[in-house]
Amino acid sequence: MTARAILPAKGAADHLTGTFWRRPQLLLLLLITPPLLWLGVVYLGSLAALLLQSFYSIDEFSGVVKEEFTLKTYAELFRAQNLDIIIRTVVMATAVTLACAILAFPIAYYAARYAKGPWKAAFYLGVMLPLWSSYLVKVYAWKLILAKEGILGWAAEGTGTGFIITGILSIPGMEGSSLSTSPFGTFLVFVYIWLPYMILPMQAALERVPNSMLEASADLGATRSQTFRTVILPLALPGVIAGSIFTFSLTLGDYIIPQIVGDSSRFIGLTVYQLQGTAGNTPLAAAFAVVPILIMLVYLALAKRAGAFDAL
Amino acid sequence: MTIAVEFANVSRHFGTVRAVDGVDLTIAEGSFFAMLGPSGSGKTTCLRLISGFEKPTGGQIRIFGEDVSETPPHLRNVNTVFQDYALFPHLNVRDNVAYGLMVKGMGRAARYRKAEEMLALVKLDGYGDRKPAQLSGGQRQRVALARALVNEPRVLLLDEPLGALDLKLREAMQDELKALQHKLGLTFVFVTHDQHEALSMADSLAVFNEGRIAQIGTPQDIYDRPATRFVADFVGSSNVLPPDLTRALGGPAEWASLRPEATRLAPTGPVSGTVIALRYLGSGTRVVIDAGGTEVAALVPAGQPVPAEGATTAIAFEPSALHLMGTT
Repeated sequence: MTARAILPAKGAADHLTGTFWRRPQLLLLLLITPPLLWLGVVYLGSLAALLLQSFYSIDEFSGVVKEEFTLKTYAELFRAQNLDIIIRTVVMATAVTLACAILAFPIAYYAARYAKGPWKAAFYLGVMLPLWSSYLVKVYAWKLILAKEGILGWAAEGTGTGFIITGILSIPGMEGSSLSTSPFGTFLVFVYIWLPYMILPMQAALERVPNSMLEASADLGATRSQTFRTVILPLALPGVIAGSIFTFSLTLGDYIIPQIVGDSSRFIGLTVYQLQGTAGNTPLAAAFAVVPILIMLVYLALAKRAGAFDAL
Repeated sequence: MTIAVEFANVSRHFGTVRAVDGVDLTIAEGSFFAMLGPSGSGKTTCLRLISGFEKPTGGQIRIFGEDVSETPPHLRNVNTVFQDYALFPHLNVRDNVAYGLMVKGMGRAARYRKAEEMLALVKLDGYGDRKPAQLSGGQRQRVALARALVNEPRVLLLDEPLGALDLKLREAMQDELKALQHKLGLTFVFVTHDQHEALSMADSLAVFNEGRIAQIGTPQDIYDRPATRFVADFVGSSNVLPPDLTRALGGPAEWASLRPEATRLAPTGPVSGTVIALRYLGSGTRVVIDAGGTEVAALVPAGQPVPAEGATTAIAFEPSALHLMGTT
């Protein structure tokens, strides 16, 4: 008996695979509909609702939200105390992002170019491990580390380097009774908490730079620093931008760290939390929430103009 | 004759792996030198030793008489055309070609002028504004060539530069590379695993096997008078005859090589057996017979009768066609 050219379908799976083969769009549709619903309806929907809310205003006397379109709420953002919050948040987010980028680069570079086998595993574990424990536990741990009687102060005293902490605390804008009540403490904790989000995309980007590219640069006469500036950095830039989007926007929106570590000065996240909660001023909260979105859009547009995505 | 590159007992060991093992080599200035061998034979490592991406674990390398043991790649006046071309994807073609001049501090106008000259040399005028991703494989190869030549190196190293191109383009590029080398009078060192490429392009070549040089000489030397069984087998798929067969054919008891194209089929002859394989090559047919356990191939030119598989036939040749290679 000779075998047939077409094998008999054995069950539902064979029929289903056949259907998908004949209509590839059907499979695509089935795969992307749930996430599209999630993104489109739940996420974009709430974003639209947020935008809508920001164009409403609150009646100053009754505290009732007036559902009429107005730019009055946005104008309130420009009041001195609100502008102060925005500027403080943006400065903090910028500082945190820069510090994360500088700290992350050598680690990511080592992991991408030199780490092999068990060292690579150790790298991933080391970077991811902090993400496995609760965010609050880590922040409180830092509060204790940075406190006046904390381990950092104790170590500084023991090694006679207490003057460094005192020096930092005497810088205008960094004042506090200890690092855990100084804005510098807030900064340190932000850098620690968001660092993995900078390292991982950076490492992925550096991983994609082939070794021959670096050899070609050296072969053509470039020194190490020239290769870094003209080849490695431009090629890793999409990863740096991706990482900086994480650290920047996470800092812009965070409302827990400034409450626990620092001098209790207000940041955008904390303000949104307070305005929509206790104050019941949803329109102003929404307007505040739009600020990080606008900042990120401007940032991405600038990055694109600077050619950050040319290597993609 | 000036010596461009000289290896004196050079070794490169990676742990217990002897990638390059005691290589002696001289490359004359202005020559087209090929390093031929199967993958893992040490030819690419030798090229990387010249460019400086590998450091020898033993021996000395001299470029134009100067010991380069302590010289990093960026200070060596040699340039490389990489196997994957290694063009910078974020720079356009002009900036890629001008890169070497840029890192040396040449002004924008001057380096762009030289880059355009180089692009014209490799027949890519007008492509300066494109990104490497917008070019075909052959065009990228030319950009890589222009980028290496713009620095006016004393030696140009080419690492399997034609490997990724299709046959037609490869043949055209072979002619062009050869013409370019003549025009510039530059020393080209070329790594390849393709014996046809090595034979047709090189003035002299080294055949590598297991980290050592099996033979070094002109293409004619290598092809007509292979020094070892490995060379005979690797270059031009020659018949390698064992000592007892050579003796049966009237020679001394030594290994011998016999080129298929130096033979003809005959009703009777010194080597006879059953036809076990036929391979049509267009310009002829390769007929393999089983001569008492040794496979021997003959080349039947196109137009002549070819025996059927399983038929019995004999192979005849002039006694001078038998090249002796010693007893080992």
